[in-house]
Amino acid sequence: MGRRAPDGGVIFTFTLDNYIRLLGLQPDCLNPLACFDPLYVSILWRSLTLAFNTTLIVILMAYPLAYFIARAPQKRRNTYLFLVLVPLWTNFVIRVYAWMMLLRTQGAINGVLGWLAGLFGMPFTPLEMLYTPGAVLVGMVYEFLPFMILPIYTSLEKIDPSLYEAAADLGANALKTFWRVTLPLSMPGVVAGTILVFIPVMGTFVVSDLLGGKQVILVGNLIQRQFLDARDPTFGSAASLVLMVLTLIVTVFYTRKFGFGKEIVVG
Amino acid sequence: MNPHRRSPFVLVMTVLVFLFLYVPIFVLVLYSFNASRTNVTFEGFITAFGPLKTQGSLVVQSPCGPFHWFCDLTRNQEVMTAARNTLTIAFVSTIVSTIIGTMAAIALQRHDFKIKPFAQLSLYIPIVIPEIVMGIGILTLFSQVFTWVNTTFNLPPDARLTLGMGTVIVSHIAFSVPFVTLVVQARLQGFDKAYEEAAMDLGANELVTFWRVTLPMLLPGVLSGALLAFTLSLDDFVITFFTTGPGSTTLPIYVYGLLRRIITPQVNALSTVWILIVLIAVFVIQRMENRESI
Repeated sequence: MGRRAPDGGVIFTFTLDNYIRLLGLQPDCLNPLACFDPLYVSILWRSLTLAFNTTLIVILMAYPLAYFIARAPQKRRNTYLFLVLVPLWTNFVIRVYAWMMLLRTQGAINGVLGWLAGLFGMPFTPLEMLYTPGAVLVGMVYEFLPFMILPIYTSLEKIDPSLYEAAADLGANALKTFWRVTLPLSMPGVVAGTILVFIPVMGTFVVSDLLGGKQVILVGNLIQRQFLDARDPTFGSAASLVLMVLTLIVTVFYTRKFGFGKEIVVG
Repeated sequence: MNPHRRSPFVLVMTVLVFLFLYVPIFVLVLYSFNASRTNVTFEGFITAFGPLKTQGSLVVQSPCGPFHWFCDLTRNQEVMTAARNTLTIAFVSTIVSTIIGTMAAIALQRHDFKIKPFAQLSLYIPIVIPEIVMGIGILTLFSQVFTWVNTTFNLPPDARLTLGMGTVIVSHIAFSVPFVTLVVQARLQGFDKAYEEAAMDLGANELVTFWRVTLPMLLPGVLSGALLAFTLSLDDFVITFFTTGPGSTTLPIYVYGLLRRIITPQVNALSTVWILIVLIAVFVIQRMENRESI
């Protein structure tokens, strides 16, 4: 709240102009339908759907892996956890860079595909993968996957094995045991993981900046540009308040429904 | 039913997900040995040792052989400065946030005060609020306060408050404290007060009891809190990005800046070193944890 001064400073007055702009309207416009600009609304919508899709894919990928580790013999578990922790602790920016190397037009994936095509004597034109929405999705999934594996593993590991035996004794097959015993008991881990993934994806600007280029602009990019390039911190603040409210609404709704997991602090 | 029985689906998914996690890292490391200076495609290793010899965009011979880009890295002053900044920031912010966080944890666990529920809840702020919001929040705070101080006291240009090492360290302390507090609190929850009472009964005052009994017993929690703070600081990009100024570039900021302009095998060499350090660190920490649990 406040207005941008012509010299780039901030004049402190109470105004909702920035929020009106975010909704795609102009403060002085009399006919809302005529001057509606969907730019900012579509950025918000894109961020929300990307965060949902990333979270969903990450759950589907992390769960089987966490399940595998939790049921592996004690001795090997540490090795598997080691393999999960190394990508988690490797710097965020470096991991984005790895995908830049893979996805570039002359990058590793196109190199392998071209080599395969050559092997079968087929013509091959390199795929344009970098700077697409798909690249951003893959990058997000890669960045946040370990944050889902660990909480799910923690809650799976706590399940008393005698419960599986009890379920089997009562005649449940493997699938039914999973559905009625394992999955409900591991929900705290899934909830904690979702919070650890969904919120950062909503706010991240690095992945979309490096892998999406100018094609994929998210709320994070909008805020970053308003603060550092466009020099309009009041509009950036309005956008970040909207971002904060959105993530809080989703988190509260989600935790109300599934409970708040203690697994949330990944140490 | 054998608890270790695995369905083929789980096994296949596990292999695929591990491949997904490690193929990018493998490619990243492979390219750090690239003979090509443009680093567009992998042109093989540099096999010959000897004085530097290039052929077009290829490096055919180097004093360091295949490790050419690693040697090159050590001569890059910007990288060395960034590494020094990163470590300085991490050490200072870890020490301060560990002290503050431990004190906060003890206060929250042992004492009742008016704003306690609010203070406890505020520990979750860095988890439930996107990092970028915290980053711009801190940036706005600093720039407003600094502008006010600079104009009110009419400071000369060389004495003006600006963004730099100081602001980065303060912001790192700000986001580390809640994590340290939560970790130490978890340790305090299983803490038996009888030891402290025994010390007091034996005539120790509160301060001596704290130094000789409470702190040594809390130490594992304090150390893991410190370790968490240290890694969070080393790894941080977003908050540093907003609070950094000239002269306080950290390694993640430096790499990000490079990636937007050019890509050389040097960046890969830097990444490889980073990954190697992480590998060793995770290995050592796991060993330590195992020994503790036995």
